[in-house]
Amino acid sequence: MICFFEKIGKKTLASFSKLGRATFFLIQVIKACLSVFLRPKLLLAQLYSIGVLSFMIITISGLFVGMVLGLQGFYILSDFGAEETLGLMVAASLVRELGPVISALLFAGRAGSALTAEIGLMKTTEQLSGMEMMAVDPIKRVIAPRFLAGFISMPILTTLFSSIGVIGGQIVGVIILGVDEGSYWSQMQANIDFQGDIINGVIKSIVFGVVISWIALFEGYDTIPTSEGVSRATTRTVVNSAFAILGLDFILTALMFGDI
Amino acid sequence: MQNTKIQDTLVGLFVASGIVAFFFMAMQISNLSPFSHEKVYTLKAHFENSGGLKVKSPVSIAGVRIGRVRKISVDKDSYDSVVEMDINSEYILPDDTTASIFTAGLLGEQYISLEPGGSNEMIKPNGVIDITQSAIVMEEMIGQFLFKDPSQE
Amino acid sequence: MEVSNKKDQNLVSIENLTFYRGNRKIFDDISLNFQRGKVTAIMGPSGTGKTTLLKLIGGQLVPDRGTVLVDNKNVHQLTRAELFILRKRMGMLFQSGALLTDINVFDNVAFPIREHTKISESMIRTIVLMKLESVGLRGASKLMPNELSGGMARRIALARAISLDPMMIMYDEPFSGQDPISLGTLVKLIKELNSALKITSIIVSHDVQDTARIADYIYVLSGGKIVGEGTPDQLKNDSSKFVKQFFKGEADGPVQFHYPAKDYHQDIFES
Repeated sequence: MICFFEKIGKKTLASFSKLGRATFFLIQVIKACLSVFLRPKLLLAQLYSIGVLSFMIITISGLFVGMVLGLQGFYILSDFGAEETLGLMVAASLVRELGPVISALLFAGRAGSALTAEIGLMKTTEQLSGMEMMAVDPIKRVIAPRFLAGFISMPILTTLFSSIGVIGGQIVGVIILGVDEGSYWSQMQANIDFQGDIINGVIKSIVFGVVISWIALFEGYDTIPTSEGVSRATTRTVVNSAFAILGLDFILTALMFGDI
Repeated sequence: MQNTKIQDTLVGLFVASGIVAFFFMAMQISNLSPFSHEKVYTLKAHFENSGGLKVKSPVSIAGVRIGRVRKISVDKDSYDSVVEMDINSEYILPDDTTASIFTAGLLGEQYISLEPGGSNEMIKPNGVIDITQSAIVMEEMIGQFLFKDPSQE
Repeated sequence: MEVSNKKDQNLVSIENLTFYRGNRKIFDDISLNFQRGKVTAIMGPSGTGKTTLLKLIGGQLVPDRGTVLVDNKNVHQLTRAELFILRKRMGMLFQSGALLTDINVFDNVAFPIREHTKISESMIRTIVLMKLESVGLRGASKLMPNELSGGMARRIALARAISLDPMMIMYDEPFSGQDPISLGTLVKLIKELNSALKITSIIVSHDVQDTARIADYIYVLSGGKIVGEGTPDQLKNDSSKFVKQFFKGEADGPVQFHYPAKDYHQDIFES
């Protein structure tokens, strides 16, 4: 019994110390971000591997999610004779929730895991340590550009996801199922608010981008330098990012749209 | 070198596509376009009861939306509901305009409907609409119907 | 040039160093000196914290007690910026090479130059090719690190370590896991770099024969203490049991073949 509580205590202490290290890490990274602007080349390379390479998965998923929303929405709404609000339904669910959340989950799986594995392997093969001995700060040279790239890519990917999703909904709803095109767009435009819906969706995506990059880079940086350590860190990145995204989404939604 | 050029171009395209998507969302998906560049002016109206009216509920004339509710508050003296609305400055209204709160459909959203009268005087910006008709509250209607005094018939 | 007092003779001097890793004492009040322009080796069985010592000298780890002076500067009292300035003059050769795997050999060697100087690209090219030539791998400049053999990777890493013309190089196990030919190449290179460029060298190794061939002075570490020191010849005739065991490579002696455990019979028949 005592052993059990001792275990809980140890776990709690360990997770607190990890949280502390992670916070300290984040502060260092944010400080280092300023120096990245002096070397835009490093940022460009990371925008390529984090943003451009995630483009395909995001746009294709966005298209299909939009199409499914169009299909399902049509069958439900037509029961109430309200097919013309299909555009509103597709756009509202994409812009407010599905866009930021699904693209963040995909981003964590596509880019976050790659970041952790890359940084973890660099640590395992002493590349980070080597840089430090060459008087190059790995936080400035390696971590900060990746962090900024995640921060910039996420809102871009989310807006792409949502926009293409709306078009996907239109393809199914208007072209295949025959909802009136005018009412598809006008219902959407009348009820989606720029500030309340779109800007809030973008804010969500920025928060997710920061959190995913933070988790992924920290897990890589803090990994136990063995091959098993790297594989565990990669798994933790995806799992913890998913938890963080869904939990934060609830909190942000409550703050933005709810009256809590 | 060739390689980094392609990479830079793709990053440029990626960022540009993000900006295009953002404008698409602002213009096509949301209603940013009609009220962003056009000017609005504010009108006030006192209602006995503003019912389920909310900030950003539509304000319309003859079914066409010309504005939105900006703010709803309570008048400290008369305990009326004071509704401020932003009206597109294209539309100037006569001072005997009636403002009524209606419900779209049976269970739908509530909105303000304006009915212009025949006066030649126009309401100035920040003016007040005097003639108003409150929201119909379902419970009151049912109550009136149930407890109507039969001897009065 | 005056080289008069003793302090100036030593590029690196470690005084009364004590270091714990967790609860384990890695170093117990040791003092070592590394003379300028000489090859000094630190030897000892695996697990005595030889690499840790290099990390202490490089300022990556902080000792619990004692001081580390590099070029008369206390490494652990410098600010981060000052430490980085000092590190530009210290080269380190990691056991794995620690080459950056996403860029090719040329860019790896050019990396410290590009990071720390504003030299033009054509000048960098000249320097890099010179450094690669000195390790005999100019022809490999376009290869990626994963295309290199272990010995080649280590030589490239050496070229990178000398790219900024440092005052000293620390070699972490330069000879382990090398075939005889590349081992011979490395021994020759270290010797040449030391004599031609007057670079102070610190070698950490458990490889007795090859280290003894190039070292001017050797410290033997065990159990966190210095158990022997001297020139290779002095050590070969050392009377200490441990140094004898270590230099002759005997399985049992003061360092036991068995990891400390409880009694063999008791352990087996227990349960």
